[in-house]
Amino acid sequence: MSDTRKIILDPLVDNNPVTLQVLGICSALAVTTSLLPSLLMCVALIAVAALSNAAISSIRNHVPNNIRIIVQMTIIASFVILVDQLLRAYAFETAKQLSVFVGLIITNCIVLGRAEAFAMKNGVGLSFLDGLGNGLGYSLVLIIVASSRELFGAGTLLGYPVFPLVADGGWYQANGLMLLPPSAFFIIGLLIWAIREWKTDQVEEPEHQIHEVHRTEAV
Amino acid sequence: MAKSKDSIGNTLIVAISVSLVCSVLVASAAVMLKPQQLKNEEEFRQRIIVDVAGFDLASADLQTLYGQIEPRLVDLETGDYFDGMDAEAFDASEAANSAELGLAVPSELDIASVRRRAIYGAVYLVKDGDAVEQIILPVHGAGLWSTMYGYLALEPDGSTVRGLRFFAHAETPGLGDGIDKPAWRAQWAGKSLFDENGAPRIEVIKGNVDDASPTARYQIDGLAGATLTGRGVQYLVHYWVGEHGYGPYLDRMRQEAQR
Repeated sequence: MSDTRKIILDPLVDNNPVTLQVLGICSALAVTTSLLPSLLMCVALIAVAALSNAAISSIRNHVPNNIRIIVQMTIIASFVILVDQLLRAYAFETAKQLSVFVGLIITNCIVLGRAEAFAMKNGVGLSFLDGLGNGLGYSLVLIIVASSRELFGAGTLLGYPVFPLVADGGWYQANGLMLLPPSAFFIIGLLIWAIREWKTDQVEEPEHQIHEVHRTEAV
Repeated sequence: MAKSKDSIGNTLIVAISVSLVCSVLVASAAVMLKPQQLKNEEEFRQRIIVDVAGFDLASADLQTLYGQIEPRLVDLETGDYFDGMDAEAFDASEAANSAELGLAVPSELDIASVRRRAIYGAVYLVKDGDAVEQIILPVHGAGLWSTMYGYLALEPDGSTVRGLRFFAHAETPGLGDGIDKPAWRAQWAGKSLFDENGAPRIEVIKGNVDDASPTARYQIDGLAGATLTGRGVQYLVHYWVGEHGYGPYLDRMRQEAQR
């Protein structure tokens, strides 16, 4: 039981795919200008990650090694198209805002990464939970980034005004930078910093150290 | 066991069955969800027309608002109304490709890469009693990647723009799709389409419009990083309000408005 707990809860903070493994950054920058499309993106990614992990795990003993990545991609791509079609049928307006990014879940490293690293070696149930957990970990970061961007960039949350804008006679001067992609980098960077201050075991060893060379040594 | 899993036979079997299962899954989802998606797209198109007409979508439901707009067909060559067909049921792109109802656009006139157009065109009229208050024209043309489909709303004088909105395109996300941004769209209101001689003059310039300049009323800010999308918008407006598009109809409306 603690195993399943660990599989779902670990990717939230301790082994978060975005902040620790730094995967899935592209879509985290692109769809987080406001909260609603981000939430939809989260649902889409969780569904794809969980379902494709389960599907891949169920045939893992039959997949030949030399075509395993192609098989994984095919399965992931099918689920992505499925989710994309469903969104276009039942969440048309928001799906329009997400434009290409639902389709780009296919190339999201988190999904393929979990398929290759986890689903190919574990049972169907555990793989499903692993996809779920990693999807949730991604979602957590997305939601944090999107809420701060929408709140500070437009003064709203889910479209409802929170800070009255100067333009509408309020006191809050919207920060336009927050609506541009670089702000997502800053927020994710700050998030990684905060998490590593809290969980110091996530701090990486420096790859090399700057060595001071004395003049006499250099000659 | 490990050997048979990696054998050529097994590889083929796995590859074929995975593709088969996946394609059936994807195809059946696409077929089953198609009606709902088409309904969404149609509703979205109506919403764009209602929005470009300046109605407040929050004030009533879409059907009521859309019902206040009167669709008519126009014979593009003469500019007269044509009542031989139901304007709502008229499918311009289907007609454009048919032999009887479509014609090829001569390449020297085809600035918007329309290629073929129907001989009739829809217009959507917003009326106050009998007086036409707005004329809404369907327009389309090539952008950078895609054909952009939209609606151009005009004052009854047939030359002052009230608004331009696109409902389908696949321009670059983040750059070309700036044509959907409210701030960019808002600039179109009040601009003039034609110069003194009646030739299409409106242009999407590079950089920002200097409001003090005498030509400002013909100019729209360019979109940074989306020069070709902006040029596509300019050309498609030129084509559809020009002589080969709705020009004759707009001339007629202009004369009627002056009378």
